[in-house]
Amino acid sequence: MSEKQPSVLSRRGALGAGGAALIALVVRPAHATTQTMHEAIQHFTGGAAVKPGRVTMDIPPLVENGNSVPLTITVDSPMTEADFVRAIAVFNERNPQPNVGTFHLNARSGRAFVSTRIRLGDSQIITAIAQMSDGSLWSGTAELVVTLPACVEN
Amino acid sequence: MTAFPTARLSVVAVVCSFATAVAAQTTDGRRSGFLDMSPQSQALQKDDTANPAMLWVLDGEALWNAKAGRADKSCADCHQDAAVNMQGVAARYPAFSAEHNRPLDLQGRINACRETRQQATPFAPESKELLALSAYIGKQSRGMPIAPPNDPRLAPFRARGEALYKQRIGQLNFSCANCHDDNAGQKLASAVIPQGHPTGYPLYRLEWQNLGSLQRRFRGCLVGVRAEPFAYGSEEYVELELFLMSRAKGMPVETPAARP
Amino acid sequence: MARALINVPPKAKRGEVIEIKTLISHPMETGYRPKGDGSFYPRDIIHKFVCTLNGEEIFRADLYPAIAANPFISFTTVARESGLLMFSWIDDRGEAQMESAKLVVE
Repeated sequence: MSEKQPSVLSRRGALGAGGAALIALVVRPAHATTQTMHEAIQHFTGGAAVKPGRVTMDIPPLVENGNSVPLTITVDSPMTEADFVRAIAVFNERNPQPNVGTFHLNARSGRAFVSTRIRLGDSQIITAIAQMSDGSLWSGTAELVVTLPACVEN
Repeated sequence: MTAFPTARLSVVAVVCSFATAVAAQTTDGRRSGFLDMSPQSQALQKDDTANPAMLWVLDGEALWNAKAGRADKSCADCHQDAAVNMQGVAARYPAFSAEHNRPLDLQGRINACRETRQQATPFAPESKELLALSAYIGKQSRGMPIAPPNDPRLAPFRARGEALYKQRIGQLNFSCANCHDDNAGQKLASAVIPQGHPTGYPLYRLEWQNLGSLQRRFRGCLVGVRAEPFAYGSEEYVELELFLMSRAKGMPVETPAARP
Repeated sequence: MARALINVPPKAKRGEVIEIKTLISHPMETGYRPKGDGSFYPRDIIHKFVCTLNGEEIFRADLYPAIAANPFISFTTVARESGLLMFSWIDDRGEAQMESAKLVVE
């Protein structure tokens, strides 16, 4: 069956207390679109050009549970005083909001590396943009399949 | 988040990450749910510096040492060092309680001690405190084989647990055995059906974004087959756990585990 | 008081790049989780995380609801001097939790 099944394991509310045959309506909030994601990216980049490359996202392509997805980002950079990554901003296109996190590094960071766990509300592409000390911007993407999403169910 | 006024010297935690001794697959084909999850979730369970369950373990350690109740006693006052005296305890629970004339699970035992020895109010089911203490005590058995006690008084309760495991229930009319014996390894809505060995409870479940007990998991399954779940603390849950621990005999304890 | 777990290598050689791991207990309530009645649990997240060494910022993160509950953040820094690492997590109410750890560099 190709349509997404709600997780039977998490529908605790479905039985309903009053005995009425309540179908728990999942009210889906408006979610980010590729459009709002691009707006959020613009806000970060100030409209400057972004080149694809140098940014690697280590994240499982098939997500076991959207509530907690490990993400490690590394950027190809010498991380010296002369040439380092100032910030890495992560964006998504289908969660309720387009931003995921913005990580501020510096010349003393040693490696352009950050690791965290994120929520994914749907199958989608996520984008990480690295801002370098010389102002240049580089990006990387990851395409993910999410069958048990975050943000939607209790 | 409540205000915390001052910085304090924190737990500069574990120096090395723990590789839990998860043998996980026995020679008779029994396998832990650990093997059915993604490499990322397995890595999460094995890393004490990243597994959120460890936050509860730390809280449990604090509770172990905190005086409580009218008796103003801590667990440590009677049991001293948990790392020594709680070793193997979780591995042999549920155990028969002569006081109650029935088996108690670990949480029941903790609350019984709280009530009778500390003269304190028992912790609510699924409360942070009860989960934290169970996780802390459970962790002291990590790596040890599950060792159900050879206690004849447990036999009738275990038999009832086995009967419940095999009984079709709910609107969907499934028994635990239908999924966890007959269809283990197959998929249910993109997730692999595990054999259902309770090797790692309480555990951090990504689905819950929280630590939860075996009873919470039972309730999830009961709702899943559209049955009315038993209340927390019901004897049915203890009997079912008693049977399941028997079924998992010899498999290593993984508490506090992670699961998707 | 939210429980935090910080992992810093006990000793580092001067110039070595060390990894610092942090984990804190927090539901990171997104604001999009539905209650039974159609309304949503209000947003309540940690939105900022800062780490300083001897008072100087070595890492900072702006967090959004898309960061998972019980936030785990790991980053690196070059071990230059021994000192006190301070970690701050600031939530939507502006309240901060602070933890510290010693860094020994030889």
